[in-house]
Amino acid sequence: MSKRITIDPITRIEGHLRIDVEVDGGKVTKAWSSGQMWRGVELILLGRDPRDAWAITQRICGVCTTVHAMTSVRAVENALNLEVPVNAQFIRNMIISAHAIHDHIVHFYHLSALDWVDVVSALKADPVKTAQLAESLSDWPLNGRHVMTQTLEKLKTFVGSGQLGPFTNGYWGHPAMKLSPEVNLLAVAHYLQALDAQRHANKIVTLLGSKSPHIQNVAVGGVSNPIATDSQSVLTVERLLALKPHMDALTDFINKVYLVDIAAIGAFYAEWTKYGAGVTNYLSCPDFPMDSKGTQFLVPGGYIPNADLAQYKPITAFGDAYLRDGVEEGVKHAWYEYSKPGPLHPYKGETKPAYTDFQDDGKYSWLKAPTFYGKRAQVGPLASVLAGVAAGHQPTIGYATKVLDTASSLLGSKIPLAALHSTIGRHAARAVRSGVMAEVMVQNWQALIDNIGKGDTKTFNKPTFPKGEVMGYGFHEAPRGLLSHWTVIRDGKIANYQCVVPSTWNAGPRDDSDNIGPYEASLMDNPIADAELPLEVLRTVHSFDPCLACAVHVVEDNKEVVQVKAL
Amino acid sequence: MRIVVLGVGNILLSDEGIGVHAVTRLEELYDLPAEVEVIDGGTSGMDCLDQVSEADHLIIADCMRSKKEPGTITRLTGDQIPAFFKTRISPHQVGLSDMLGALNFHGLMPKNIVLFGVEPLSFDLSMEPTPTVAARLPELVERIVGELAAIGVAVGRKAA
Repeated sequence: MSKRITIDPITRIEGHLRIDVEVDGGKVTKAWSSGQMWRGVELILLGRDPRDAWAITQRICGVCTTVHAMTSVRAVENALNLEVPVNAQFIRNMIISAHAIHDHIVHFYHLSALDWVDVVSALKADPVKTAQLAESLSDWPLNGRHVMTQTLEKLKTFVGSGQLGPFTNGYWGHPAMKLSPEVNLLAVAHYLQALDAQRHANKIVTLLGSKSPHIQNVAVGGVSNPIATDSQSVLTVERLLALKPHMDALTDFINKVYLVDIAAIGAFYAEWTKYGAGVTNYLSCPDFPMDSKGTQFLVPGGYIPNADLAQYKPITAFGDAYLRDGVEEGVKHAWYEYSKPGPLHPYKGETKPAYTDFQDDGKYSWLKAPTFYGKRAQVGPLASVLAGVAAGHQPTIGYATKVLDTASSLLGSKIPLAALHSTIGRHAARAVRSGVMAEVMVQNWQALIDNIGKGDTKTFNKPTFPKGEVMGYGFHEAPRGLLSHWTVIRDGKIANYQCVVPSTWNAGPRDDSDNIGPYEASLMDNPIADAELPLEVLRTVHSFDPCLACAVHVVEDNKEVVQVKAL
Repeated sequence: MRIVVLGVGNILLSDEGIGVHAVTRLEELYDLPAEVEVIDGGTSGMDCLDQVSEADHLIIADCMRSKKEPGTITRLTGDQIPAFFKTRISPHQVGLSDMLGALNFHGLMPKNIVLFGVEPLSFDLSMEPTPTVAARLPELVERIVGELAAIGVAVGRKAA
């Protein structure tokens, strides 16, 4: 007898992502991923000045703020064939990497770790044993018995006060929780330390972006940070030097804590390398351009079909035709209607709502279904890491090897690269990519200082908008994966604008050929120990770092907002 | 003394952005002393952690659904403000309550918190609040100013 489970919303804020699964024989046999909120930012942009699009699109979402700003200016610059001074690229690259590292750390420690870590069990831990375990894995200075004892005391006080704070309502004691009390305590200690780590990342974004949240320094044609070596009101060498300690602290945390913790979670939950692969066509884009045209990148990207790294096809430049020509979005199962049948390319994209009820075999989501040359594709750090490995990118290979080797030694058996095609693999890939980006961040910092040293302080090329129509698209390997903005500009005004976001690629519904999307595919065959507490569904969906654009940040005075229905 | 006035919300979704509109208006109309930091928190949560931590006073303006008449302004203080991950299913989109929850566990909670929540009429796509809610904006700004005065911060209107 199959049982239907509906989790609504699976993202925190009301009305975003709804997941439905059918469970039979203790595992998932059918899945639906439904975006429950209308976005429509495209309509706000029509008729506006393309130079303002970045400031508006970065308000789409509460998490992916800077990523829309960057992708938007890249789209308009591409349309204008406008080059960007390298100093601006370096500044943007530092913001991008710091923001993404911030995002990954918050996602792992503060959001999804609670799917794997039983905080209440940590109360039973022996802090001395916890410290011994931690110190055997890493020489991080905050792993000692003093820190672990303090953490335990803090947790006891917290729980003793009847106030679980951020840990309220976890799945404590769930049969799928498997870590020892000591490992759980270690995770709580690192949860707290990660709060400090992410503040370093945010400082970098703020110092360079002039404001956080929502950076202010981006401009079509570059950045608005004037560089001067002797003025206090602009980006000075002194301020640049002030960035470095934050970068070093972040790098340390990623290498000595994040990468180690992810290996440990991977080893202790090794069975989760067997679930959650889903769609194994991977799409990513290169990022961190080091030249003014966007043809030289520090991290590669491209397409990998059927998990076969040998068939990797790179994407090599801003405006790359292979990516540009392959993307379409279908609405057969989405609450939109097109003026003609079949999927549409984003330049021709339409945003016309056509709401029905939730129809299992009909329309059931506000997300469209993107395809790449007709196929579904998974985007995200895993896609980027696999492209890096396929392309022979040494930093990616180095960090991936480190994680797999550490996990293998903890488990006592070899974990192959192929284990990354999984729920736990997506978490591991996020840590690997953080390691890569910490290097990228410092490289760009050095590149900027060196270039200023040569006397080049240019940060902006003025755009000019031609009469008539131009089209352009921008891409960015955002924390959740490939993000692209597509724009048609007519007589200097926006005539069409479409955002094809990572969550659309991953969380989209069935496509025009009724093929299921990456979230849906990843849930198939997941075990479900208790249909009333479907922790396993959360684990797999959270491994994508779900984030449906357009946050509603409303305060609610009623606390019960999530419904889990098992019928 | 460190005083932070934080406006949060998505300005693309009409009344959702009322908190941001309020702090923008506050800065336009008033001369604020140096110890008052005004933050347009936009749609972000965790990004504000640093700016908010260990403030002596935190005044928040936000949109709040509490089944009252649209435009109603509700004042909450201290324990009335939810500070926890709101749901057991708490993945992305870290909001205000999560940020406060994290600060609380970390021992960095602002000493005093006041939240002004405005009941929305609509979350339709628009960069302006609805007229019903916009009509209450001056009052919301006045109440923030009143709150500052109660703390002992004299705030004067800018010369017209």
